[in-house]
Amino acid sequence: MSDEYNQKNTPLEAQSSETISGTPSKDIDYVRPAELPEQDLYHGHSFITKWIFCQDAKVIGIQYFLTAVFTGIVGLVLSWLMRLQLGFPELVPFITAEHYYQFVTMHGMIMVVYFLTALFLGGFGNYLIPLMVGARDMVFPYVNMLSFWMFFIAVCVLMASFFVPGGPTGAGWTLYPPQAILPGTPGSNMGIILMLVSLSLFVIGFTMGGLNYIITILQARTRGMTLMRMPLTIWGIFTATALAMLAFPALLVSCIMMTLDKMLETSFFMPAILQAGEVLNYEGGSPVLFQHLFWFFGHPEVYIVALPAFGIVSDLISVHARKNIFGYRMMVWAIVGIGALSFFVWAHHMYVSGMNPWFGFFFATTTLIIAVPTALKVYNWIITLFRANIRMNTVMLFCLGFIVTFVNGGITGIFLGNVAVDIPLSDTYFVIAHFHMVMGIAPLMVIMGAVYHWFPLVAGRMLSEKLGKWHFWITFLGAYSIYFPMHYLGFIGVPRRYYEMYDSPYVASATGMNEFITVAALIVGFAQLIFIYNIVSSLSIGKPAGKNPWKANSLEWLTPEVPPAHGNWGEKLPVIHRWPYDFNVPGAKEDYITQTTPPSEVISAKVEKT
Amino acid sequence: MSDNSLNNLPGGFKGMSHDMGSDQTAFKGVQWGKVMMWIFLLSDTFVFSCFLISYMKGRASTVVDWPNTSEVFSLHVGDVPVPLLLIAIMTFVLITSSGTMALAVKYGYEKNRKMCGWLILATAIGGLTFVGMQVFEWSKLIHEGVRPWENPFGAKQFGSFFFMITGFHGTHVSIGVIFLFIYARKVFRGDFDNGKRGFFTTMKSDYVAIEILGLYLHFVDLVWVFIFAFFYLW
Repeated sequence: MSDEYNQKNTPLEAQSSETISGTPSKDIDYVRPAELPEQDLYHGHSFITKWIFCQDAKVIGIQYFLTAVFTGIVGLVLSWLMRLQLGFPELVPFITAEHYYQFVTMHGMIMVVYFLTALFLGGFGNYLIPLMVGARDMVFPYVNMLSFWMFFIAVCVLMASFFVPGGPTGAGWTLYPPQAILPGTPGSNMGIILMLVSLSLFVIGFTMGGLNYIITILQARTRGMTLMRMPLTIWGIFTATALAMLAFPALLVSCIMMTLDKMLETSFFMPAILQAGEVLNYEGGSPVLFQHLFWFFGHPEVYIVALPAFGIVSDLISVHARKNIFGYRMMVWAIVGIGALSFFVWAHHMYVSGMNPWFGFFFATTTLIIAVPTALKVYNWIITLFRANIRMNTVMLFCLGFIVTFVNGGITGIFLGNVAVDIPLSDTYFVIAHFHMVMGIAPLMVIMGAVYHWFPLVAGRMLSEKLGKWHFWITFLGAYSIYFPMHYLGFIGVPRRYYEMYDSPYVASATGMNEFITVAALIVGFAQLIFIYNIVSSLSIGKPAGKNPWKANSLEWLTPEVPPAHGNWGEKLPVIHRWPYDFNVPGAKEDYITQTTPPSEVISAKVEKT
Repeated sequence: MSDNSLNNLPGGFKGMSHDMGSDQTAFKGVQWGKVMMWIFLLSDTFVFSCFLISYMKGRASTVVDWPNTSEVFSLHVGDVPVPLLLIAIMTFVLITSSGTMALAVKYGYEKNRKMCGWLILATAIGGLTFVGMQVFEWSKLIHEGVRPWENPFGAKQFGSFFFMITGFHGTHVSIGVIFLFIYARKVFRGDFDNGKRGFFTTMKSDYVAIEILGLYLHFVDLVWVFIFAFFYLW
C-alpha cells in the first residue's frame, strides 16, 4: 500500500444506506419510481374464464401441476409393472417383452419431460414467478393460457398412443433410430408418430410459457427488485427456462426429421437397411446425427429439471434453517455457470456410440468441470445448515434428503463422466441408479419439500406434519432401498432394458436383490397415497395457515390476501428493500426481516447490503 | 415511457452493467413484446441452426454424390440454362420486402397511418411473391422427379433437406404474411391510434406491434440468406 493512501479518511467498509446508524432520514428508504405503468389485466367473469381458460398465472400453475402429477402417476404405475416383471415375472404373465419396452419408453419420457419439466417450470414457475418478483401476473397472460392448453393437448396425444393399434412406442425414451421406426420395435407405426407429435406440441407449448417466464423475470420486476435480490428459486427457474429455450429446438428438429423419416421415407437418420432379406428404401442417413441432436436437447434437459430444484431447495433450506443462504452470489453464478456448461457436455451420453474418440476426451473434460459449480452449491447448502437454527419439520427433512441423494447421484456421475469407467458401466443398472438418484429422486425430494412449504400459501391451510414425516421416511428410505442395490447390480454387469434376466450365473445371483427392489418400489409408490391423502384431507381439515406461517422473507408470503387473489397485490405493488435471506440478523427485533421492510424500520440491525 | 429518467442512463458496457444491476427492468425502455420477440428469435435461430447443421452433416456423409446445384436450380431462358436466376429474383424480392417493412415501422411511429398501411401491404405482397416463386421452384423440382424420398440427380438427401428446410422457412414467411395482412387491416382501421383492444388477448393495440412483426420478418429474411448460401452457393 502506498504512503499517499490515506487510510484514516477512507472508510474500510462500504457505505451502505442500510448500515448507517443514527437518526433515520427519509432518504434511506428511497426506491426509484416505477418505470412502467400498471399492468393491464383481464379479469375473468365466468367459471370458464376463471378456472378453465384462465389467464391467471396462479391458476395456470395449478393446472400444470395437476396435469403433470396425473402423468407422473401414469409413469409410476408403469414403473411398478416393470419392477413386477423384473422381480416376480410369474406374477405378471400378461407382460410381454413388447409391453416391457413400451413401459420403459413411456415411463422415461413421461417422467423426464411431461412430469418433471412441466411440474417445475409450468407448475412452480407459473405460480411463483409473478409472486416472487412482485408482478401482478405473467407479462402475456393469454399466451400463458395457450401454453398450458398446448401442454394439455400434448399430454392427450401422448396418452392416446396407449390406445392406438400397436400401442405406444417401445424404442426407449431416447427414441434412437433406426430401430425406433422399423418393424420389430413395438409401436413403430402409430406409437412413434404420436410420440413425436406430442413432443413437438410440448415444445411449442413450452416456448410460449418459457417466453413468459423469461420476460416476467427480466422486465416485470417490482420497484427495488434487482436481479441479485431475487430468491434463488427464481434464478433456478430463469436459467432452466433459458436452457429450455435453446435446447428444445434440437428436440423439435429431431422430431420433425424422424417424423419425415417415418412417414415420407426420407433418410435423415436411416442408413441402408436390409430387413428380412429385403432392401428398404433408405440409404446414406446418419443415426449418430440423431443422437447428437437428441442429447444436445437431452443433457440441458437434465439441468432444466435440476436447476429449479437447486433454486427451490436453497430457499427452503434458508427459511427453515433461519439463516441466510451461504454465498448467495456464488449460488447464482453456479446456477448460471452450470446452465452454460450444460451445452458443452452432451456427447458424454454417447461414449459407446462409435463417435470419434477425441470427442469422448473433450466431453469427459467438460463433464468433470461441471462438477465444480455443482460441488460449490452442495458445500454452500451444508455451510448454510452449519450451526443454523434448524427447524426439523417435513420440509427440512426433504431438503436434507435431497442433499444426500444428490451427492450420491453426483458422485456416481463422476464415475460415468470418465470414458474409461463409463464403457464397462454403460447400459448397466449402474446408469439407472445414477440418473434416478440425481434427476429422479433428488428433484422429487425438492418437489415434495416445496409442496409442504408452499401448500399453506396455495390452499391457506397447513399439511399434517405427522403424515408428512411418515411420508418422508418411507419415501426416502424406500427410494434408497430401490436405487442403492442397483449400483451393485450394475457393477456385476446386469444390463438395463432387459425384459428378463435369463439364466446367466451373475444375474441369477441377483434374483433376491431384484425381488427386494420390486417390493421397495411398490411400498414407495403406495406411500405416495399418504401424500395425496394429506393434501386432500388438509384442503378441508388442515390447520388454517394464516399469513406467512413459516416466517419467510420472500414476497410470495406478503400478499394482502392468503391465498393471493388475481392481480396478487391489491391496491399497490410492493416495494423491495433487500434480499429475501435476512434471517437472524443481529440487532433486529424478530428473526426475520421481510423484503418489503424499509431500512428505517430496522435501523439498528446489521443488515447486509444487497 | 412515462418519465425522462431513461434519457440520461450511462451508455456502453457501464450502461449494460448498470441496467443489469438495476431493479424493475433489465432492458430499459424496451416493451415486453419486443423482448419476447428477440428471445423467441434466439430460440428460432437454434431451430434453423439445427436444421442447417443437420444438412451439412447429411450432405457431407451421403453415399451418392450431391447433385450439381447450379444445374438443378437453373432456369431455362430460351434454351440457355441460367443458374441462380430464380433464386436471385426471390432473394431480391425478399430483401426488398425487408426494406418496405422497415419503412412501415418508421411511418407507424410517425403515426402516418396511410403510408404505414400501404407499406405493410407492399411487404405482404413481397412475401407472397416470394412464397409464390418458392411454390414454382418446388413444382419445377417435383416435375423433374425430385421427391423427399428420392432424387434422380444424385443423393436422395438433397430432396429431403431441400423440401424440409425451405418448407419450414416458407412456413415462417407465410405466417408472417398472414400477420402482415391482419396488421394492414388494423392500421387502416386505426386500431393502433385509438388503442383498440385485441380480439383474443384483450390487450391494447400499440404501434410497437408493427416493429415486433418487423423484427420477425427481418429475421426470416436473414435466415433466407443462410439457406440461400448453403443450398444454392455451396
